Amino acid sequence: MQKDFKKGFSDGIPIGLGYFSVSFGFGILAMSSKISAFFAWLISATNLTSAGQVAGAEIIAASGTLAEMILTQLVINLRYSLMGFSLTQKLDSSFTTPKRLLLAFGITDEIYAVAISQKGKITASYMAGLIVIPFIGWTSGTVAGALANQLLPEIIANNMGILLYGMFIAIFIPAAKKSKAVLVAVIISAAVSVVLKYFFPFISSGFSVIISAVIAAVICAALFPVKEEEEEL
Amino acid sequence: MSIIIYIAVMAGVTYLIRMIPFAAFRKQIKSRFIKSILYYLPYAVLAAMTVPAIFYSTGNLKSAVVGTVVAVVVAFFEKPLLIVALAAAASGLITDLII
Repeated sequence: MQKDFKKGFSDGIPIGLGYFSVSFGFGILAMSSKISAFFAWLISATNLTSAGQVAGAEIIAASGTLAEMILTQLVINLRYSLMGFSLTQKLDSSFTTPKRLLLAFGITDEIYAVAISQKGKITASYMAGLIVIPFIGWTSGTVAGALANQLLPEIIANNMGILLYGMFIAIFIPAAKKSKAVLVAVIISAAVSVVLKYFFPFISSGFSVIISAVIAAVICAALFPVKEEEEEL
Repeated sequence: MSIIIYIAVMAGVTYLIRMIPFAAFRKQIKSRFIKSILYYLPYAVLAAMTVPAIFYSTGNLKSAVVGTVVAVVVAFFEKPLLIVALAAAASGLITDLII
C-alpha cells in the first residue's frame, strides 16, 4: 500500500511542476480580474481545474449570474465525468465508496491520463499519491502568480497572461492534427466564439463558450459520429 | 454577490461532475450520438475559450498574435503542455521588448 502511494507520488511530480507554472498564469489572471490572492488560492484549492477556473474568474469579474456559473462549469468540466467513468473500469477493490468520494476530487486531464495509462488495475493508495504534488503545485503556483503580479514588471506579468491559453492550444492542436473531425470542431467553435464576441457583445463570455462549443460538438457528432476506438478521451 | 458564494457554487458543481460517475456509474453510455458529442465537446470548449480571448491576454495585440502563432506551431510538433505555454509567453515578451 505504501509502495503504491510512493509510486503515485513520484508519477505526480512532473504533473505538479507543469501545474505550478500554468496556475501561475491563473494567479495573474485572477489578480487582473480583481480577485485577491487568498480567493485565487481558495478557487484553486477547491476546483483544481484550469479552463473552468479561468471561465469562473471571468464570471466573478463580470458579476455574472449563478446560473451562468453552474452552466459554464458543467459544460467546461463535463469531460471529467467521462474520465471518471472511464477510470471506474480501472479501479481495484481498494476503491471503497468513501475513497471514491474523496479521490474523485483529483480527476484532472493529466492525472486521468497518467492513471489510465498504468498497467492493470490501480489502487486507491496509488491515486492518492498521484494527486498530492499536482495539488500542491496548482495551489502554490496560483498564490505565487497572484503575488508576482504585484512584483513583476508589468511587461512580464502581462505576457504571463497567455500561459493558460498556450496550454489549451497544446491540448487541442495535436488532437486536431490527428483527427479532421476534431479540427472541424475546433474551427467551428472558434468561429462561432468570434462571431458572438463581436456581433453579440451582450452575450457574456461564459455563455459564449457554452453556445460555441455545443454548436460545434453537435454538428461534428452528426457529421462524424465516433467509432468505438475513438471514444476514450 | 459575495465571492464566497460564487466559489462555493463553482467548486460544488465541479466536484459533483467528477464524483457522480466516478462513485456511481456502472454502465456504458449507449447512444453513439451522445458519445460523439461528449468526444468533441472538450476540444470545442478549449477552442472557444482560446479564440478570441487569447488576443487580449497580454494587453497588447502584437505580442498576443506572436505568442499565439508560436504556441500553435510548437503544439503542432506535440511538445509538452508546459513547453507550449512557456514558448507562447516568452515569444510575446520578446516581441514587447523589441517593438
